[in-house]
Amino acid sequence: MTMGKGAGLDFEQPVLALDRKIAEMRTLAMENGLDLESEISRLDKKREQLLAKSQQKMTAWNRVEIARRQGRPYALDHIQASFTDFVELHGDRTYSDDPAIVAGFARLDGIPVCIVAHQKGKDTRENIHRNFGMPHPEGYRKALRVMKLAERFGRPVICLVDTPGAFPGIGAEERGQAQAIAENILEMSLLKVPVVVAVLGEGASGGALGIGVGDRLLMFENSWYCVISPEGCAAILWGDRLKAQEVADHMKLTGRDLLELGLIDRVVDEPAGGAHWRPEAACASLKTALVSELRALCSVSVDELVRSRLERYARVGVFLEGTRRGP
Amino acid sequence: MEWFHHQKSGIESAVRRDTPGDLWVKCENCKEIVYKSDWDQTLAVCPACGHHHRFAAREYAALLLDEGTFVEEDSTVAPADPLKFSAKKKYRDSVASAQKATGEKSAVLSGTGAMDGRPVSLAVMDFRFLGGSMGSAEGEKIARALLRGLDRRIPAIVVSASGGARMHEGTLSLMQMAKTSSIIGRMREVGVPYISVLTNPTTGGVTASFAMLGDAIIAEPGALIGFAGERVIRETIRQALPDGFQRAEFLLKHGFLDDVVARKDLKSWISRFIALLTDPVP
Repeated sequence: MTMGKGAGLDFEQPVLALDRKIAEMRTLAMENGLDLESEISRLDKKREQLLAKSQQKMTAWNRVEIARRQGRPYALDHIQASFTDFVELHGDRTYSDDPAIVAGFARLDGIPVCIVAHQKGKDTRENIHRNFGMPHPEGYRKALRVMKLAERFGRPVICLVDTPGAFPGIGAEERGQAQAIAENILEMSLLKVPVVVAVLGEGASGGALGIGVGDRLLMFENSWYCVISPEGCAAILWGDRLKAQEVADHMKLTGRDLLELGLIDRVVDEPAGGAHWRPEAACASLKTALVSELRALCSVSVDELVRSRLERYARVGVFLEGTRRGP
Repeated sequence: MEWFHHQKSGIESAVRRDTPGDLWVKCENCKEIVYKSDWDQTLAVCPACGHHHRFAAREYAALLLDEGTFVEEDSTVAPADPLKFSAKKKYRDSVASAQKATGEKSAVLSGTGAMDGRPVSLAVMDFRFLGGSMGSAEGEKIARALLRGLDRRIPAIVVSASGGARMHEGTLSLMQMAKTSSIIGRMREVGVPYISVLTNPTTGGVTASFAMLGDAIIAEPGALIGFAGERVIRETIRQALPDGFQRAEFLLKHGFLDDVVARKDLKSWISRFIALLTDPVP
């Protein structure tokens, strides 16, 4: 199955052109009763080659674009494809429910787990409802409430990260965006159950980290995770948002970059050209990775789990000390 | 940018260069002209309008700790350049000029000392050093200061002044938020007090980690405190921001600060509070 989504990205145009041609041939074959199968399969093959080739040439900026691309599977797509018995829980019990964060319990390969995830919308109407995946403080507080519930019942937590950032607005500031994120970071570092974090698309700064502290960090190969978006960095350090493409290459924000820096544990492969071309394959790929990480963590004692999580974060950083390079 | 300019020592005002010699200081807020000696007396707070001007990290250490008790720790911890990052200027060069301008190795000064005779662990962020931004070196120094509190069972105090996590170190800077916050979690488990003092400005990843996690959180009057920057908010929502938005008094009203405390009263407030939490019951 293939999915041609929207107008597509610049570097995807050759593939989309082939898609149109294949569709035309199919119509032609059907309307005129012609046998064009060999020609169509030749084009299909060419298309696969093009996707594989684009995969190899992908720049960091291309990956950022794919991470944001319409048609990419979001948290609820993964939940639907890979989890069973999903029960969603709403509300922070203090102020309201935040649809930019989805939280609840479900089974993954039979294992009962807690899920906490950013959720973007697939179209304008959905995006207004989900606030483009940008949570308010109540979203982080709901996430924490549900994670503490998971802790009480000994259920591992799976966090699916996909946000352009925590929402920068008046209400968010009035209700303590920073405080909500800070408390989550603190509590997650000590949570007495396994926590597996996977970045699905965008992992923007504190908004991502607010549900992003855990024992294993996974990233899709076309996702990004950084202290600021390339546009934000370009605007502040270059005074020019248009420098974002160039900046993305300097920031070391893709899965492979962060694996090399030792900040994450695993890069999750995507179908050639990106998850949006074959969402079901992308979902399966993540599921396999999550299950294997989860099974490994479930055999570790709680004390050891928390100890090594704290150790992991205590070690993070590269600095100089005297003449020594630390840590 | 203001904080890149060379400033030696002593109490400085952003506008001092406009005044003859070192005799006068002009208030940034009300433009009152004040004698430098009076300015030193009022701790860089304008005697006319009460505006709190920037105060260097070492000045806070002197203000908060008993005279002569400060022992600096981790003084050689300094930023590296793990991403070999370069914007308009190389990160390495920005660090070098900040080091030269401030005489500090990083944006955090830390150590131990006594507060009204009680031992405490202290870390202070210095906004003059790359906007007080938090990279790996700064995260490490804050973390060690908190750990000294935890290990020695003495209260830890962090005075924040920061634009947030440092962009030049990318995701490594972001992870410093988790590094510092996790230690505060351990302090809570064993009951070691942690006091967070917010000064102008405290924003971004610093606010969204240790700055907002104090057992008590207090701020200087008028300090800008927030998660998102004002410009980003305005561009996102395209509305005027309310008066006093993201100022200390605004946060107090909304329930995110324990109090707004004038600079001259910081030491007595913190000292009294620590005693109330930790003194043995007579």
